[in-house]
Amino acid sequence: MKNTKPYAITLDVGGSLLNKTGSWRTERPVYLDRLPPCNETCPAGENIQQWLYHAENGEYKEAWLEIMKNNPFPAVMGRVCYHTCETACNRVQLDEPVGINSVERFLGDQAIINVWKDEPGKPTGKKIMIVGAGMAGLACAYHLRLFGHEVTVFESSSKPGGMVRYGIPKYRMPNEKLNAEIHRIQDMGVNIELNTKVDDIVATKEKYGCEAVFLSTGAQSAKLIDIKSDQSVPSLSAVEILRGIEDDVDTGLRGHVVVYGGGNTSIDVARSAKRMGAQSVKVVVRGSQENMPAHYEEINEALEEGVEIVPLRSITEIKKGHLVLEKMIPSDGDRPSPSGEFETMEASVIVQALGQNVDESLFENLSELSLEDGVLDVDINMMSAMEGVFAGGDMTPSERNVTVAIGHGKKAARKIDQWLQGEFQKDSKKNEIVDYSMMNTWYYSDAPRTIRPTLDVVRRQTGFAEVVGDLDETNAAFEARRCMSCGNCFECDNCYGVCPDNAVIKLGSGKRFEFKYDYCKGCALCATECPCGAIKMEPELI
Amino acid sequence: MAHQQVKFYQTGTLTVGNRLLDAENRTVQGTMDRSNSLDSGHRACQGCGEALGARYAIDTAMRATDNKLIACNATGCLEVFTTPYPETSWTIPWIHSLFGNAAAIGTGVAAAMKVKGREDVRVIAQGGDGGTTDIGFGCLSGMFERNDDVLYICYDNQGYMNTGVQRSSATPGGARTATTMPVGPEPGADFDKGKNVPLIAMAHEIPYVATASIDRLHDLEAKVKKAMSIRGARYIQIFVPCPLGWGSAPAQTVNLARLAVESGIYPLFEGENGEITSTTKIRRKVPVEDYLKPQRRFAHVLKNPAQLSAVQEIADRNIRKFGLLEE
Ligand SMILES: Cc1cc2nc3c(=O)[nH]c(=O)nc-3n(C[C@H](O)[C@H](O)[C@H](O)COP(=O)(O)OP(=O)(O)OC[C@H]3O[C@@H](n4cnc5c(N)ncnc54)[C@H](O)[C@@H]3O)c2cc1C
Ligand SMILES: Cc1ncc(C[n+]2csc(CCOP(=O)(O)OP(=O)(O)O)c2C)c(N)n1
Ligand code: SF4
Ligand code: SF4
Ligand SMILES: [Mg+2]
Repeated sequence: MKNTKPYAITLDVGGSLLNKTGSWRTERPVYLDRLPPCNETCPAGENIQQWLYHAENGEYKEAWLEIMKNNPFPAVMGRVCYHTCETACNRVQLDEPVGINSVERFLGDQAIINVWKDEPGKPTGKKIMIVGAGMAGLACAYHLRLFGHEVTVFESSSKPGGMVRYGIPKYRMPNEKLNAEIHRIQDMGVNIELNTKVDDIVATKEKYGCEAVFLSTGAQSAKLIDIKSDQSVPSLSAVEILRGIEDDVDTGLRGHVVVYGGGNTSIDVARSAKRMGAQSVKVVVRGSQENMPAHYEEINEALEEGVEIVPLRSITEIKKGHLVLEKMIPSDGDRPSPSGEFETMEASVIVQALGQNVDESLFENLSELSLEDGVLDVDINMMSAMEGVFAGGDMTPSERNVTVAIGHGKKAARKIDQWLQGEFQKDSKKNEIVDYSMMNTWYYSDAPRTIRPTLDVVRRQTGFAEVVGDLDETNAAFEARRCMSCGNCFECDNCYGVCPDNAVIKLGSGKRFEFKYDYCKGCALCATECPCGAIKMEPELI
Repeated sequence: MAHQQVKFYQTGTLTVGNRLLDAENRTVQGTMDRSNSLDSGHRACQGCGEALGARYAIDTAMRATDNKLIACNATGCLEVFTTPYPETSWTIPWIHSLFGNAAAIGTGVAAAMKVKGREDVRVIAQGGDGGTTDIGFGCLSGMFERNDDVLYICYDNQGYMNTGVQRSSATPGGARTATTMPVGPEPGADFDKGKNVPLIAMAHEIPYVATASIDRLHDLEAKVKKAMSIRGARYIQIFVPCPLGWGSAPAQTVNLARLAVESGIYPLFEGENGEITSTTKIRRKVPVEDYLKPQRRFAHVLKNPAQLSAVQEIADRNIRKFGLLEE
């Protein structure tokens, strides 16, 4: 009989699939979204990693829409936000932080140029009143409109915007950008009643048939101290001066200007005085220069523009066109102590910039509401002691900046919506924060940070033109691409590639990946080689 | 440069894929329809670099030849873990014969294809470093000398791993193996022995020689693709860490390959007709300790200053000789 067996042994293709090597595993990889530090620190709760992801690809409108979920003022924020996100950015440990703020500004400006719009939600028929058209009030109004509620904002001034308009000078925050973003909110159907000061919350609420109230009247009245004076040097308040500049009235900032105080307000007045042609501008602070509360970037820009900082001095008297200054001794704590040594300084005008207070008159006829330590207390749901009356922004306990105000407005809108539906919801649990050590940063290309071109110093000193320039389309995308997408899969295919067991399935663009646990041996190569830390090894229950 | 450099795109070509790259700059491994020539269910150790390197290389060759490919395998881990009777994890035409004759089998298959008028079907012979640099060396040199139309791929894990980690002529100086124990005044493998097969292959003046590493996928794929665009004898040696034989964590396999390249201990280059035509530059140079530390086979070297500086000297010499640093 002829031998019909083949010369060589042949085997069925794919026969090894019978061998489920997944049983070898003691640990299993799992995909997860971790919380990037930028998102974690953003007071407005922006999903920065996600909008940068869109911007990387030139999908600017998608990126903008992602910002708008949490913050209706990207063009404002891209200019005045103190960007704690950049301080927290993991990329700091590789080279320099991602220029989040400049990309946000670019996106905000793109939206204005291209007239991108947002639609209000389905009408609910419910009415809410807001007192104060600052950033907190307007952000709250925007989010309430997204929920479909009817919103009326009462504003005592003739223009909306609050401190962003009347405090922050134009060279940092041009009016046309602020106006455009406020108009967009009005176009969604938010009604702003200007020149309307609210004196009686309850009466106004009833008159307009509102079911809930959001208070956001800010901290608008200047803190002034009494300095012994022979009236030879006029003493002005910073808040009034900045308001005057906005309203184009003569502020009297001439000659030798001395600004008293070390916060952002003080720096803004000093830089404005420079622009208005003052002979000299000095900022006198009681503490040391390092401990000044003003943002370091602004202090640096002021110094570049020729503003002088005189630290460790307290103004004790105004006499014969001069200020009497007492030298202060620095201490380990934050309060320096007097030295008993004095000197004088020539001054044409002194501006007090020592902070702002919340105006208490609004609560005069309300027994339930009163200020404690100068602010109105609210609970975790942003509700005050009075049922249905919510509050946020500078008037409540906070760091008093624009981003916090916008974050308060958003949170209050969500809480008001829940309250209207009868029950507050618990906030969803935050994901684990992704630390630099959880990532494999070998994979990120080296790239310098795109620095926003700063206007040359001379131009800055003589006018109110904007100081920080724009990114253009190419370098905005470039800057966005520096983002490492910390903790969130950006589909780099590394896990799919490096698995020696072909145990990772690629699901296709936008759909990410899946593990074939039947074959995964648990070697952890995927988790080790994932650049952004989006895979975690978990012990297998054996 | 073995692959096109692209301007800054977040991770550039450092990752397996990148959604921002043009189609022609993407890897085969990043595509959903890669052939998975070496499929799941094989019995390689956790984190085996050889299994990974083989899928990288053969998938690339499959794409380059429009799936008209036959692979001839020497005995060794790659054969044993993929094809224990009656299973196989190969999804391509594949043949195994002996430990030392893969190159000769490749020559024969290529000749058969020629006779049948099927020169569109391309042939790869592959094996471990033992099967290549030692027992298979005669067949390999013959294949080079005759310029047979075969691509030979050596998966270099620096030892006879399948039989329990014995020394091969590719085992580096100082390394502990079952036959080079860390005892006596010069512990581990000798420093003055061994051979460099890529350079020996170049001495045959064959059309194409390259070294590659599993940590640099774009570079590896470009080299295999280039090899498949050429007729005649070609040789690629791929650096594939072995967690079992090296005493390293399975999760460190790709990282070790990276550190070997970044320290200069494993130079990546291409040679054509006996001449070096490109080198892959070091991106962020590291001292050899960084590479040695995660491996138990070098534990004694780290405590022995003379041996440590001997290893560093080898790396430094490679850097000079192959010009591994960017000017
Ligand atoms: C000079 C200066 C510079 C600053 N620079 C920055 C900066 O660069 N970045 C940053 O993040 N923050 C900065 N801040 C802080 C920031 O401006 C505020 O934290 C933020 O604007 C507060 O917003 P808000 O909505 O809580 O209050 P506000 O902006 O103060 O708005 C309150 C609004 O309520 C109105 N109002 C008050 N009472 C009534 C009433 N009874 N009836 C009707 N309307 C009423 C007011 O007219 C005002 O429009 C700066 C502040 C100052 C003073
Ligand atoms: C003629 C012959 N001698 C010895 C062996 C035993 N043997 C099988 S695989 C192997 C070592 C393989 O080492 P290498 O080629 O480096 O491949 P690796 O297993 O390391 O991948 C040996 C010695 C054999 N199969 N045939
Ligand atoms: S790299 Fe990107 S995701 Fe990570 S912290 Fe910075 S901005 Fe956020
Ligand atoms: S011994 Fe080494 S080469 Fe062999 S299967 Fe294990 S890891 Fe891979
Ligand atoms: Mg070997």
